[in-house]
Amino acid sequence: MIPTFPAIAWPALLPILMVSGLGLLLLGAGLYTDDEETLGWGALAGLIVAGIVTLVLVGGESVRTFNGTFALDGYALFFDWLFIAAGALIVLMSMGYLGETDIEVGEYYALLMFALVGMMVMAAATDLIVIFLGLEIMSISVYILVGSWRTQPRANEAALKYFLLGAFSTGFLLYGIALIWGATGSFRLDEIAARLPLADESTLLLAGIAMLIIAFGFKVAAVPFHMWTPDVYEGAPTTVTALMAVAVKSAAFAAFIRIFLWGLAPVHADWWVVLWVLAAATMTMGNLLALAQRSVKRMLAYSSVAHAGYVLVAVTSGSADGGAAALFYLLVYMFMTVGAFGVVAAIGRAGEPLENIEDYAGLATRSPLLGATMAIFMLSLMGMPPLAGFAGKFYVFSVAVQQDFIVLAVVGVLNSVVSAAYYIRLLVAMYMTPEPAEAPALGRRPYLIASIVIAAGFTVLIGVLPALGLQVARLSFLSMQ
Amino acid sequence: MNVLLSMVVWTPMLGALLILLVPRDNPDGARRAALAFSCLTFLLSLTLWLGFRLDTAEFQYVEAYAWIPDFGIQYLLGLDGVSLFLVLLTTFLTPLVVLFSFGDITERVKEYFFFVLMLETGMLGAFMALDLFLFYVFWELMLVPMYFIIGVWGGARRIYASLKFVLYTLTASLLMLVAILYLVGIQAESAAMTFDVRKLYDIGLTSTEQMWLFAAFALAFAVKVPMFPLHTWLPDAHVEAPTGGSVILAGVLLKLGTYGFLRFAMPLFPVAVAAATPLFMGLAIVGILYGAAVAMVQPDLKKLVAYSSVSHLGFVVLGMFALNVTGIEGAIYQMVNHGLSTGALFLLVGMIYGRRHTRLIADFGGLWKTIPRFSAVFLVVTFSSIGLPGLNGFVGEFLILLGTFGRSPWAAAFACGGIVLGAVYMLWMYQRVVFGPVTHEENAALTDLTRREIMVLAPVVTMIVVMGVYPTPFLRAMEPSVEALVARIEAAQARALPKDTASQQPLARSARPFVQGGCAPAEPEGGSSSAGALAGSLDDTPSSHQPPADCATEVRS
Repeated sequence: MIPTFPAIAWPALLPILMVSGLGLLLLGAGLYTDDEETLGWGALAGLIVAGIVTLVLVGGESVRTFNGTFALDGYALFFDWLFIAAGALIVLMSMGYLGETDIEVGEYYALLMFALVGMMVMAAATDLIVIFLGLEIMSISVYILVGSWRTQPRANEAALKYFLLGAFSTGFLLYGIALIWGATGSFRLDEIAARLPLADESTLLLAGIAMLIIAFGFKVAAVPFHMWTPDVYEGAPTTVTALMAVAVKSAAFAAFIRIFLWGLAPVHADWWVVLWVLAAATMTMGNLLALAQRSVKRMLAYSSVAHAGYVLVAVTSGSADGGAAALFYLLVYMFMTVGAFGVVAAIGRAGEPLENIEDYAGLATRSPLLGATMAIFMLSLMGMPPLAGFAGKFYVFSVAVQQDFIVLAVVGVLNSVVSAAYYIRLLVAMYMTPEPAEAPALGRRPYLIASIVIAAGFTVLIGVLPALGLQVARLSFLSMQ
Repeated sequence: MNVLLSMVVWTPMLGALLILLVPRDNPDGARRAALAFSCLTFLLSLTLWLGFRLDTAEFQYVEAYAWIPDFGIQYLLGLDGVSLFLVLLTTFLTPLVVLFSFGDITERVKEYFFFVLMLETGMLGAFMALDLFLFYVFWELMLVPMYFIIGVWGGARRIYASLKFVLYTLTASLLMLVAILYLVGIQAESAAMTFDVRKLYDIGLTSTEQMWLFAAFALAFAVKVPMFPLHTWLPDAHVEAPTGGSVILAGVLLKLGTYGFLRFAMPLFPVAVAAATPLFMGLAIVGILYGAAVAMVQPDLKKLVAYSSVSHLGFVVLGMFALNVTGIEGAIYQMVNHGLSTGALFLLVGMIYGRRHTRLIADFGGLWKTIPRFSAVFLVVTFSSIGLPGLNGFVGEFLILLGTFGRSPWAAAFACGGIVLGAVYMLWMYQRVVFGPVTHEENAALTDLTRREIMVLAPVVTMIVVMGVYPTPFLRAMEPSVEALVARIEAAQARALPKDTASQQPLARSARPFVQGGCAPAEPEGGSSSAGALAGSLDDTPSSHQPPADCATEVRS
């Protein structure tokens, strides 16, 4: 029998194909040049074109292809655009950063693109196996990226740690997929959703859900599966840390939300309690541990754990608004976190990471621009109006309150107070501590500064005019079915 | 559509952004720009008063634009008799703070004035916002500049003080945010989602819901006021803040707490207010007496003034929770008074600190001989703070006590004790600083007030006298709004608790005729006014208070 291949909707695959092609091109070009600016401009141009194509596709019909395992709907496009924007900002950062490292430039950019492809596959997948494929494409690229600064022992340590724990969590994912298949007889989320109310809510299903929560808990760095986060974030090159903190986390949430708020939505009553506890623990532990850090990079790592907790609050709420709030939160979180890591990269210099809070003393006098932008990112992460972080938290907590998760909302806002204590510490260092006499001079880094300023601009803009972003997030989520 | 309110709110912010463009080596440019923009804001706000209609309790100059339509969030500004004078107080004090800071702030001048003007926008916006979301945004927006003003330009323990200030305020206001979300969620069950407070006034809440929501709102506002026992951030913040920061903090920021009660917490949750009144009156009295007692033993001038704020704000809370027109009008009047007199006290302390670099009372003495002009202004302001008849403080305190008496004579009696204590610590402090022989040589060589300092103080002293002698225009502008507010709360309470309010209403009404026409302070004989008698007997100064002629006749009739 000749196998019949399903029809493929090629236009719907355009963003993924373009970024894949870009990755291959950069890999080839990397053989001939290792100038981070030339290759960077190429990567940036390619991503901008892909971003424009993605925007053009927005508003079109939702397309399902590959036998219903892959969807190009508003939801996928939202995340595509988020990944491309994060990727472009990180490329811009890298153009000012790689020169001080021993990283192989061509491979770095190529792997960055492949990681983005994996994320885009995860966001578009409507089938558990395809989600797994996307996760692997992304994860393997990122494992290598973490260790790409080969001469740095701490990067090697981070890569090994991330790989071992990542592989471990992938095992949980596959186990969970298998158990859910056993309970429902399908890998496809729409079929799972259709069969679930009928299926016997067996131990098999519940065990499968638990496995999925563990696997995604690792990827989004939710407590108690966050142990790897500070070490890996600290050891990785700062640009890769930014990629992990925003894009990898968002991709994991993209798949997580699609599975739980669509495929497993009919059994919301079975899993919300687990996520409730997870969300509360993640916010609380993330913030408390961040309080104790001296290294700004580790502090931001724990802060990213805490922010995963805020997104989990939205997912726990379970309604369409909950999904939309999670999407919007990930969008604002992307800009402020990329920007914050950009400043971390801008402070450090070759051989000297300068990541401790003491290294930020008097930054506002040494560089008013870096000081002011970092202040914006910190205040936004804290949730101060009128910055984007406030709009995000506002949406998340308003959904939680309206779905009667009031205690969770109260835990969340009290966590914001705890987080204020450590974000403020950075403000104290930058603005209220005199700069040390032998403060190292800051290099001229136009690309890094450009990426930081763009991120700060969006952080302010989305904060002041959140209406458009909220509406896009809502429509994107609703287009998922 | 009217854009006057927006112009008042955003002019300072525009100035702040322009100041950022001034080159770093031109601090005078930043100073002049800040003064120009704050004066412009004041002139614009005066037109608000000129065009203010006295015949309506509705919000005036209303501006409404959709901001986040999905949530029914609007850019909604409005002004009524409750907020009018608080807005004017803000725009009045800011240029004076800017002018004073010309000499006081010499480092990072540009950033300082940026934060001061940004703070002004935050405060004005919070006073005018009628949309709860917008209010919350402005409310938090004030926190950041104040944090930087204390933390960057403050004294030795500034980092501790500023962090304490932020964490106290943030904890309470984030819980208020949850309450706002819950409130709006209830409203959204029956109608389109909105954050418009005018529509939220009328939604039906169960009494349990009212209790919880009121608790969350009241916590946020009580921290800001600050009410005993949530006041502990205040002495630290005041003592460490630079003078300009202290003036704004005491003069305006604290009023946002009491204003929040009047605009949001009380009309939104009237049933809970009825239940909480004894508690809040009790806390207010404890605050009055405790603040006064602690102020009395302070060796540091600035700390003394800071604790006196706790005491004075206790009076304001007491007047508000009297829940009658007299008490609330007195409370609003006293908010403005406190802004003027305490603001002036902080300015005077800042001026003497700039000369002597000490604020300890023991380091002074005999200033009258060396700097008489300073001492004379200090005397007027001290009397205003005590509540001497003829000056503004008397009018406010009198109305508050009158209103409180209508609700609870015992509370009024205790509060009178607070006035005695107030006279004791202020006069004792004044005596030790100004009278007696010159005990420290440094004090003999002090220079008297400079021209710029006189320009800073003269407007405040003028207003202290004007508001003491002729309160009618102020009270008349407040009256319709306050009456509507009291009527709204009473009606809601009557619906929910028919028995309780039946016994309270006659009292509330009986207090009302005193202020009709705004002639309350015109106490013809003087003897029946316990406040006046106490203040008069303690300061040994003949009362210069002459009731305005038209008022006197009205009261006699």
